[in-house]
Amino acid sequence: MATKRRAIDRWAPWMFLGVLLLSWELSVRIFNIDQFVLPSATASFMALYDNFGAIMYNTWPTFWTTMVGFGLGIVVGVALGVVIGSSRFMYNGLYPLLVAFNAIPKAAFVPILVVWFGIGVLPATLTAFLICFFPITVNIAIGLATIEPELEDVLRALGASRAEVLLKVGLPRSMPLFFASLKVAITLAFVGSVVSELAASNSGIGQLMLSAASTMRVPLMFAGLIVISVMATVMYQVFAVLERRMTAWATRGMDAQR
Amino acid sequence: MAQAFVDFERVYLAYDETSGNAVEDITLSIRQGEFIAIVGPSGCGKSTFMKLCTGLRPPTQGTVLVDGRPVAGPLKIVGMAFQAPNLLPWRTTLDNVLLPLEIVEPYKTNFKSSRGEYADRARAILKTVGLQGNEDKFPWQLSGGMQQRASICRALIHQPDLLMLDEPFGALDAFTREELWCVLRDLWQEQRFTVVLVTHDLREAVFLADTVYCMSKRPGRIIARREIDLPRPRDLEVTYEDRFTAIVHELREHIGRVRKT
Repeated sequence: MATKRRAIDRWAPWMFLGVLLLSWELSVRIFNIDQFVLPSATASFMALYDNFGAIMYNTWPTFWTTMVGFGLGIVVGVALGVVIGSSRFMYNGLYPLLVAFNAIPKAAFVPILVVWFGIGVLPATLTAFLICFFPITVNIAIGLATIEPELEDVLRALGASRAEVLLKVGLPRSMPLFFASLKVAITLAFVGSVVSELAASNSGIGQLMLSAASTMRVPLMFAGLIVISVMATVMYQVFAVLERRMTAWATRGMDAQR
Repeated sequence: MAQAFVDFERVYLAYDETSGNAVEDITLSIRQGEFIAIVGPSGCGKSTFMKLCTGLRPPTQGTVLVDGRPVAGPLKIVGMAFQAPNLLPWRTTLDNVLLPLEIVEPYKTNFKSSRGEYADRARAILKTVGLQGNEDKFPWQLSGGMQQRASICRALIHQPDLLMLDEPFGALDAFTREELWCVLRDLWQEQRFTVVLVTHDLREAVFLADTVYCMSKRPGRIIARREIDLPRPRDLEVTYEDRFTAIVHELREHIGRVRKT
């Protein structure tokens, strides 16, 4: 019974995906929706198949600009998180600014970045970075700011420096939060790079979709959406697995408490 | 009089200007190897006393001498354990116990090269508290009592001269608590470090300590000092004797008086 349940759990996402695709296909056919409005699932996948070369050619730039922006987001996000989380002064001073910054729609940055850096991969990379560092910063900062005071006393009474407390306790205990934030950040990074490509770029899925739109090849646009979402889901899963590996102590600890 | 190891001379501490004193006019001295207990109603500044003792907080007024020198900043010769075991959940029991050696000199410098030797020492001390066989378990795989044992091992691994215990057995059930009293008694009997035990359990204080100090409500003052002249080594049976009960009663009266005021 238990193994059967587990099998159902494992297949559940695929079942729902199937239901979604099926209802997409059927509703387009039943209501006879025009291809220029909403192409059917099969038409979208056919477009994906027919333009596979062009799509792959554009997938790569989107992927790596996203990953570079994401990498930058991790570095800056962690650094800012450490700064904010380890000092009350910094927390009080910088956190409101960060919140205000985060409230700005990142799409609004794209024209500015284009003015600064021209059309190309740089605005996409930077937009991905700008949109994804915030959750990482917040989670690292929370992890560091919530160290148990007694634990800090234990270490400080031994003569531990701030850096040692950070290294031995602060960062390890922030890891579960950090990995959770990576899962959020990686999907946001894809949003950032594609939004930027849509506005100004000569390559990437966003640019492909834009040129498909100009020739009314709507199925190809949907094919682009599918590719983006597959990429983001795969990367999300990569970080989900990494999370389970790196911070097994956190989840296993919870299992034991239950 | 023997040279005092910890010496408080008219010590006051206020955390900030508005809140008033947390402790007032504390004068006491602790001999090397003495086991003292501080009892008092909750919020009486017992934990403040710990902070003063370990140099985590400088006194607002008065002087705190440890080992003949004024305390100016955290002391490496102390070990601490609290009511919550505070073990790091990502470390095994053994690695948790080894933590102080990664921070305190001279162990820190050669921690990598001497790790094997230190691990043996950690295993030995875990064995004395009955945790052998649990070295590679994670804290959440241990019971509350076992975690607290590990926490005490962590406090003792770097062979501190001064062990500070802040209600270390407060969260345990009565049986486990009495068991750990004996563990602590044996460790102390063997190694003779100086102990400051902060507790609100009078029986615990009388059973373990050489000298018990009673503190008043906040602002904490020392209102009574009682030497416990029960012979050592003390067996748990002693807690059922009349003279033991008499001392507990006597201390209880002091506490009762401050609670009423």
